[in-house]
This record gives sequence, structure tokens and C-alpha cells, in this order.
Amino acid sequence: MSRSWGYVRRNPLLLVGVAMFILLLLFWLIGPQVIDVTRARPISAMADQRPSAEMPLGSDSVGRELLPNLLVGSLYTFEIGLTAGLIGLVVGTILGFIAGYFGGVIDSFISTAADVALTIPALAVLVVIASVIKEVLNVRNLALIVAALSWMRPARTIRSQVLSMRERSYVEIARLSGMNDWQIIVQELLPNLLPYLAATLVGAVAGALLAAIGLEAMGLGPQTEPTLGMTIFWCNYYGALLRGMWWWWAPPIVAILYVFAALFAISSGLDELANPRLRRAR
Amino acid sequence: MNATPLLEARNVTKVFASRGTIGARGTTTVAVNQASLAIHATPPSIVAIAGESGSGKTTLSRLLLGLISPTSGEVFYRGRPMEAIKGAERMAFRRDVQAIFQDPFEVYNPFYRVDHALEVPIRRFEPHKSAAERRALIEQALDVVGLRVDETLGRYPHQLSGGQRQRVMVARALMLNPSIIVADEPVSMVDASLRASILESLLNAHDQRDIAIIYITHDLTTAYQVCTSILMMYSGAMVEVGSVEPVIKDPLHPYTQLLVGSIPLPDPTRRWAAVQASSSAAGQHSTTQGCPYAPRCPQVMDICRTEAPPLYAVSANRAVACYLYRGAPAVATEDVSALYIGA
Amino acid sequence: MSAPVLQVRNLCVHYETDAGPVKAAENVTFDLARSERMGLVGESGSGKSTTVLALLRMVTPPGRIRGGQVLLDGADLMALSPEQMRRMRGSAISLIPQAAMNSLNPVMRVRDHFYDTILAHDRTMSRAQLAAHTGELVEAVGLRPNVLRMYPHELSGGMKQRVCIAMGICLRPKVIIADEPTSALDVVVQRQVMETLGRIQRQLEASIILVGHDMGLMAQFVDKIGIMYAGRLVELGPVTEVFGLPLHPYTRLLINTLPSLDAKAVFKGIPGQTPSLLNAPAGCAFHERCPDAVGDCWKAQHVLTEVLPGRWVACPCHAGAAA
Repeated sequence: MSRSWGYVRRNPLLLVGVAMFILLLLFWLIGPQVIDVTRARPISAMADQRPSAEMPLGSDSVGRELLPNLLVGSLYTFEIGLTAGLIGLVVGTILGFIAGYFGGVIDSFISTAADVALTIPALAVLVVIASVIKEVLNVRNLALIVAALSWMRPARTIRSQVLSMRERSYVEIARLSGMNDWQIIVQELLPNLLPYLAATLVGAVAGALLAAIGLEAMGLGPQTEPTLGMTIFWCNYYGALLRGMWWWWAPPIVAILYVFAALFAISSGLDELANPRLRRAR
Repeated sequence: MNATPLLEARNVTKVFASRGTIGARGTTTVAVNQASLAIHATPPSIVAIAGESGSGKTTLSRLLLGLISPTSGEVFYRGRPMEAIKGAERMAFRRDVQAIFQDPFEVYNPFYRVDHALEVPIRRFEPHKSAAERRALIEQALDVVGLRVDETLGRYPHQLSGGQRQRVMVARALMLNPSIIVADEPVSMVDASLRASILESLLNAHDQRDIAIIYITHDLTTAYQVCTSILMMYSGAMVEVGSVEPVIKDPLHPYTQLLVGSIPLPDPTRRWAAVQASSSAAGQHSTTQGCPYAPRCPQVMDICRTEAPPLYAVSANRAVACYLYRGAPAVATEDVSALYIGA
Repeated sequence: MSAPVLQVRNLCVHYETDAGPVKAAENVTFDLARSERMGLVGESGSGKSTTVLALLRMVTPPGRIRGGQVLLDGADLMALSPEQMRRMRGSAISLIPQAAMNSLNPVMRVRDHFYDTILAHDRTMSRAQLAAHTGELVEAVGLRPNVLRMYPHELSGGMKQRVCIAMGICLRPKVIIADEPTSALDVVVQRQVMETLGRIQRQLEASIILVGHDMGLMAQFVDKIGIMYAGRLVELGPVTEVFGLPLHPYTRLLINTLPSLDAKAVFKGIPGQTPSLLNAPAGCAFHERCPDAVGDCWKAQHVLTEVLPGRWVACPCHAGAAA
């Protein structure tokens, strides 16, 4: 335990990132106890109010109180990012393992599919899909759409890791010990990839968040849930910038920056953990 | 006398082809070129496969272990061809033929403690054993190689020394009483003072438990110490086969002579003789025609360049693939296995 | 007898870890004469690589040189400024590092490796001079000049190693340190490479320190041999004398346990393990494994002393022993 603490002290980025996330979690957990989240719905408060003692972040043009809006919105946005990132990672990992371990025709098929999908401008596709299913676009569907185009990079990177790990002596020993291919994948290869998977997850979540917020900012998001991206869209729609309503457009931007900063810190920290050569000698 | 060998490679060839890309043709490498080897059960063989890097000795060992398939020729286990061995029979083969590899660090999965490497074979080959029985078997195996349980089990690979890790691998190989152990350069990455004990464990396994050993190495001195028969390989081809005493003390093939003469003897009064007239070859596997050693051989003749020499039996347990000995009778493929019966 | 080209006095290198200092090299002391070949032999962890890195002041943190002098032709390398030391490296004292052939830049041609090194020390050479100089160098190591145009992956292991030797001598240093130059090579190529190295050394009239663990190779190549154990130099002397009559128990065991072609199935090892360099035992580092340990060995630190002319040993049993 003391050795891990000593390590964390030398890897401040990881600590900072994790701390930022813990703060965010606390905000989400404790927030609803002190803030009335029902006021994030439209027509809950007087519209266009500046921040005051009763409404610390004021309200927007349709009567949403903006502090509850921030709480609920950031949670939704992160939910989208996490769901999409997780689905993308899981699908990508499975495909990456199969392609890397078994090789041959399966590998060619999966790799080509991933390469082709990577060249498609994801945002353009997402825009098309989102505009088509506008009526049923809620948080869950948005997450699924974004996930559909975020499996390729994890698949590619996991595949190359597996390709190099496949030739290691301990895999040969496992084969000589009578393990079959699936047992080798799950028992021998997967555990060694955990730090790598964690880092890839962080990257996948960040990518998914970016895609989701981008879509929402253009209005292609859930119409009823006040995600951060949708808040930015409504800001645009109602001209909040021109009207000087900083309490409306500033908080979502700050929140997005905060989440990305935390993700970046964790990702850098995990990078150092997964790659011992980067570990700084004292 | 000529009973079915335990494990036999008959005229195996392995060609590796790398895929070309657009604009560059792929290359083919002949890693093993018509090699034959036989491991007998009684008395259990103890054979060295010796050669430089690129000689094909590792590829031959992988063929014998059934990890890769030959391009031509066949590998037999107890008389059955390797491709026909599947399912339960394959598991029996895996249990019966164990291996020890060169790098004592790479063979361990860094995620697990070293116990994992010892437990997995028992779980796979003897699934009915209880946890207590497994533990007993592991402790006994560690004891045989001279390791203390409290200093070994429960530790991660990086917490043990190279010598200890390799001894755990030897324990793993011996644990389930195989018939054959294939040891691929088991001591080349271990400190000199620990090599002796590992090699001794191998020899004891042979003498006391009737386990046949295939010892792959580039170090002729330890090959001489441990084995009774030796197969010298060069560029994928068999060069000299037979009892280790005459092959090392009185080498006949020009390559064997060069190799034995280049051994750095730990005796400052017996230094290397003057360099012979052979040039350095820039790459191996260059020609597929003729004797692979022809480009470097100081005694090369015209026929050497056009046709690869067969094995000539210069005595009952010795054969050389060199036209210098064409006076002796050529060895037929089916008789090669008899050369491996120790003198 | 001319003055020695290299004098090392009480060199100490420690690695600072969370758990305390690891004494990788302690009080290493030896001389190297002009045109002399010295071998530094020991098992892994004995401190031989650390020692030679320290000679070049190339020890990286967490390792630190804790003390000692290294006099190259009278000038103390430890006292030089970093810039002065940089100029010494390669030109006065050079290193052919372990597995050097793996550190050749795969995207640079061989000749560019040389140009880099030479230009780092002497910017005034013209392209024509560079080409001529490198041509001579590769021929000196027995390679054909067309090697210069090639990329490292087009060369075999032995050829790459010879390129590394050529790089090590391209500035005509007085001391060449070769750290396990043939460890990845097979015996035939090893012999060729060592013979090349020897020939170069004689031509340049340079001194060589050969670091390794292969006693056989040492016996074949060096004039003087130093044995290291657990960070200390325990024996030093002419190679024929040390092999003929080893004075330190570790040397004796090391030589006796070498596998030989004279007897089959004789397996002797040295029981026990090298001690941890972190919590080094007080007293002689070898005493736990030593068959001749006497009462004081467990607490008294044995110092390297000259017991016979040119023969140094760190063991009291042989202090004053006659040949």
C-alpha cells in the first residue's frame, strides 16, 4: 500500500485526474440533495434572470434554472460519453482480439472493415443518421449512434497489441500446457492488457463525448434532456452570446473543459503506468 | 532393437514465406531442409541439436513439439503422424512432451505469480486433483530441482533471479512425468555458476526417471557434457550425426571442425589456431542447390556446389553429409533413426 | 615501464532506490598499461558494466558516482567539466556498449553513423575527408567499403558488431572499452570479431578493457584479468597466472566449475546466491558461499592487496602466499 502511495506521488497527473473525477462524482451524488433538479425543466422559473442568491446561475430564456441544468446536463452528457465509449471499447476489443490472435482471413476482414470505417468522416455520418431519426433521438439512441463509429480505433490498437503478445514465450508455454485458444485469450492475454484497455477506454470516452457534444451543438440531440451540448445549442438559438447572458453559455463550456482536463490527466497517468519505460526515475 | 521411436522427424522441410507487398516480392526462407531425428524410449535418448543461429535447430524443435507443421516430410509421435493427433490424443501428447525455453523471464506471464505456471498444467492434464494434491505435486517438483517452497511460491517472476526462474521451469517440465523434454538453450541466459545445477537436473531426469532429452544449443561444450548423441546443423541441413564423443573430439565435417576449433577454451595456453581460409558469409540460406556450406568451405569441390551431399555412414553410429567421405555407404532415410541410438 | 594509460582509484557507484543505496561498485582500483588487454569478468550484478559506465561518466540517475578517481594519462576524468568530458568520450576513451548492434539507427545508412560521431568532435572535416576516413575504418575491421551505403538491417549480426567496433575506434582513442561485444554472436563469428578487435587494438596501440562473463573468451583474448563479485574487484593479475593458480576462492570456484571438453557429465556449481547489493552483508561479500571462510570473514572487509608482483587479491587466506 505504501508502495502504491509512493508511486502516486511520483505520478501526479493520475492523482489529479482521479481527484477531479471524484469531485465530479460528489457533485452528482450530493448535488441532487441540495439542488432541486426539477427546476431544470423548462418553465420552472422566471426566464432570463441574472444569477442571484436564490438562483446561483440564473435562468435561461425558457425558464430553466441553470444550476440544476448544469447538474443534470453534465450527468447526461457524461452518461452518453461513457456508454458510447464502453460499447465502442467492448466491441472494438473483441474484434481486435479475434483479428490479432487468429489472423488470416478473419483478420483481413476485420482490419479492412475498421480501416474503411475510419476513413469515413464520422461527424458527417452522424449528422445524417441523427437528422433521419430526429424524432426518436434521446440520450440512449445518441449514445448508440456515436458508439457505432467509435469501435474502430480500439479494435486497431488492441489488434496490434495482441499481435505482439501472441508471439511471447508465455503464450507458447500456455499452449504446451494444454490451454486452448479462448483460454489463452482470456486468461493469459487479457489481464496483461488491462492498463492498456483502461487507457483506451479513456480515449474512447473522450472521443465519444466530443462527437456527442458536436452533434448536440448543431441541434441534433435529445430535445427534452438538457445535456451540455444541447444547452450550448439553445444558447445559440436564443442568442445568449449577443445578449450578454454569460451565466448561460459559460458554465457548460467550463464543465466540458473540466471533464476533458480530467480525462486527459487520467489518460496521461495511465500511459505512464502501462509503459514502465516512461516511469520517471527519481 | 529397432522399436518405434517415441518421437521422430522424417525428412522434414520447413519453408517460411513472407508475404510480398505491392512492388516487392515476398521472400522465402528454408529454415529446415530435409532433417531427420529420432528419439527412442529404451534406452531413453539424450540428443543434442547443435548449430549456430540460423541453423534451423529452433525450428526443428518447434516441429517436434507440434507447434508448427512441416512443409514436407512428417513428424511421428509413437508411430502416429502428427496431423492425425487431435483431441484427447493431442492432450496426451502435450502432457507427454514438455519443453523448457531459453529466456527465463519471457516464459512467465508477468500478471501472475510463478505458481500460475505450475498450476495450469496440472489443472489441464489432471483436472480431478484437489487443491491439496496440486500443492503437494508442485512442492515435490520444486524440491527435486533444489528450490525452497517458501522462497519461490507466491512470488512474481521479477522477484526471482534468472536461475531460480529457470529452475521453476525445469520443475514444471518434470512435474507430470513426461517421456520427453525438449530443452531449447535452457542455460544460455543463466549465470555460469547456476548452469551446472540445471544441467544436472536434466541429466538426472534422464538417468533416474528414464526421460528422453532433446537439448538444443550452440554451446558444444555443454552439449558434450550432457548428451550421448548429437545432430550438427548448418543452414537448415543435417551436417553430422552420431555419438557425441567422436563428433566433438574428432570432427569430420569441415563445419564441425570450424565450430569445434572456435570454441574459446578457458585455458590461456591453448589459444585459437590461426584463422582458416574461409570467408564470412553475408547471409544464410542463400543457395538451395548443393551443399549449404560450399560458399565457406575450405575444401569445396565442384560437385559440392551443384548437388547436396547425402549422409554417408562412416561408422555404425556416425554419419557425415560431405563428399569428402563419399567412399562410405549413403544412409537411407529409414536408417537415420538408428544413428541416434547412443553408443 | 611507462606510466599506465588509465589509473582507477577507489571508484564507487551507488544506485539510489526507495529502499536505500544499492552499492553497485565499491572501491574499484586497477591500472591499465599502454597497449594492454584487460578483462573484467563477473556474473550479472557483479558491477562490471556499472564500473565501465562510470569510467565514461555515463552513469544515469538513479545511479551516481559516489567517489574515486579515474586518471587518463594523468588527467582526472571525474574532475572535468561536462563539456570537457564530452570531448574525451570517443576521442580519448570510447565504449562499444552491450548489444551495440541493436542501437544502430535503422533509418540511417552506416556511413551516416560514422559521420555523426566524427562531426560531433571535429566539424572541420570535409565530405571527401570523411569518406576516405570511414572507408579506411571499415576496411580495418574487415568489411567491404560497400557496407557504408547499406542500412543496418541489411547486415548480419557479426557485420553489425564490426561496424560498432569501427565506430568505437573511429577517433583513435587510447582506451577502448568493449562491453560483451560478442554476446549475441555464435562461436565462429565471435572468434572473427575478437580477432578483428585484437588486430585493431594492436594497430592503434590502444588499450582494451573487455567486459564479460565468458571465462573462455577471456582466456583467449586478454593479457590481464580482473574478477568482480558483488560490486568489488576480488582478484587481478596476468591471465595465465590467474588461470594457473587462482588465489581468491571465488576465482578458484569459477574456474573449476567451467564445463570442459575433458570430462563428461561432471557438473559443479557454486552453491548459494550472490548477496543482495542493497543490504550488503558486513564483511566479505563472498563469505557465505566460501569454502575457505575463516572466523573473521563475516565481519572484516577484505581489501585488494598486492600479494605477489602484479597479483592482487582481496582475501586474507592468500596474503603473502607463495606461488
